[in-house]
Amino acid sequence: MSRVTLRVNGEERSLELDPRTTLLDALREQLQLTGSKKGCDHGQCGACTVMVEGRRIYSCLTLAVMHDGEAVTTIEGLGRPDALHPMQAAFVKHDGYQCGYCTPGQICASVATLQEIEAGIPSHVTADLTAAPQLTAEEIRERMSGNICRCGAYSNIVEAITEVAGRPA
Amino acid sequence: MRPFTYERAASPADAARAASRQPGARFIAGGTNLLDLMKLQIETPAHLIDVNRLGLDRIEPTPEGGLRIGALVRNTDLAADARVRHDYGVLARALLAGASGQLRNKATTAGNLLQRTRCPYFYDTAQPCNKRQPGSGCAAIGGVTRQLAVIGASEACIATHPSDMAVAMRALDAVVETVRADGATRRIPIAEFHRLPGETPHVETALEAGELITAVTLPPPLGGHHAYRKVRDRASYAFALVSVAAVVQRDGSGRVALGGVAHRPWRVEAAEAELPRGAKRAMAAILDGARPTHENAFKLTLAERTLASVLAEARG
Repeated sequence: MSRVTLRVNGEERSLELDPRTTLLDALREQLQLTGSKKGCDHGQCGACTVMVEGRRIYSCLTLAVMHDGEAVTTIEGLGRPDALHPMQAAFVKHDGYQCGYCTPGQICASVATLQEIEAGIPSHVTADLTAAPQLTAEEIRERMSGNICRCGAYSNIVEAITEVAGRPA
Repeated sequence: MRPFTYERAASPADAARAASRQPGARFIAGGTNLLDLMKLQIETPAHLIDVNRLGLDRIEPTPEGGLRIGALVRNTDLAADARVRHDYGVLARALLAGASGQLRNKATTAGNLLQRTRCPYFYDTAQPCNKRQPGSGCAAIGGVTRQLAVIGASEACIATHPSDMAVAMRALDAVVETVRADGATRRIPIAEFHRLPGETPHVETALEAGELITAVTLPPPLGGHHAYRKVRDRASYAFALVSVAAVVQRDGSGRVALGGVAHRPWRVEAAEAELPRGAKRAMAAILDGARPTHENAFKLTLAERTLASVLAEARG
């Protein structure tokens, strides 16, 4: 067994776990933070997306022991039912989901996507690599391609993200 | 996942020593490919050596005017680096064409080079695969081959290398720097880094047991027009059917490397003399000796047309 301390949603959490435990399983099974979902468990669907040290990753494809001492933000840390994060509120307003299973991952990825554009990180569809990326629907779609929604709520998800980004949908 | 022991290495040489001490040890960096394969028990390391906190995450200028990219630089950070975007556009474009935002945040420069094939028969443990289980045979030959190699393959293996980044690095003549268990370092030109399958498709690179990649260096900028054009079954987050990495100069000369067609990034320097005479001549020379199947012969036409598009773009 390995001992690991994570700062999860601002709180220090010490865990004793088998080194095989993925970050996703540590969050869900040991910390009972079941907002992050296990879809494919192979980094293909995005339902497990969380932020580690401020960057979005697939929590199913990393071991908890690799993140000793690091800060993890899950959907539970973004907002609460009585105090939604603006991205959560926008998903509700624009109906950015149907069954809801992919939604926590979509929302974590959406928040990170806007931060990445803000930080000037280019994408596959950025026309000019030497200029700052623009906040367009095309950019949002490309940057969100690592999150699958089998209900097909994509166009509403783009509208929700666009609204939070401060542009009319 | 099979059980394994875990340690965090204190230095690159320490990591290499630990790997040579422990049979069945593997380095873990981003882990996005290794852990996927461990869950499927395609990879079954007995010991993992975490190299994430070795300080190999810097991008520095070299005295020759190139760039030295630490092995642990994440794909996102490499693609976002101002020097890479300005001087090595083909590399930034290749990185951004690969995977998804979440994976690029985790995936490292060295790990990207060491990705295993996405051949469906390698992934299916119910099927024979010489790469997964040497000597067991190749179920891909005579199977579903649409995604698989058209050139440089063997009777033992027709898998392709999945990386986009490595294709751009091949066009740029990058050099892989390593450290071995005895502390000795060496520099491996990217052209010699990835191997063709031959009779031993499970041996994929020039690395020795326990040898750790510490950096990848890029020669001074080439100038010219940089392009990475990737053709795939969906618009984003898919592996290449064919990709073309190119650096084209004003006089029409240039360099071209292909992804999605072979067991390693495919570049034929001698064929590049044909580039000023157009995509048809050049691609015929680059893919001379290709042996496609009826399912993947389209890749030859696709490669030629993708190069034609890149050359047209370069002419402006």
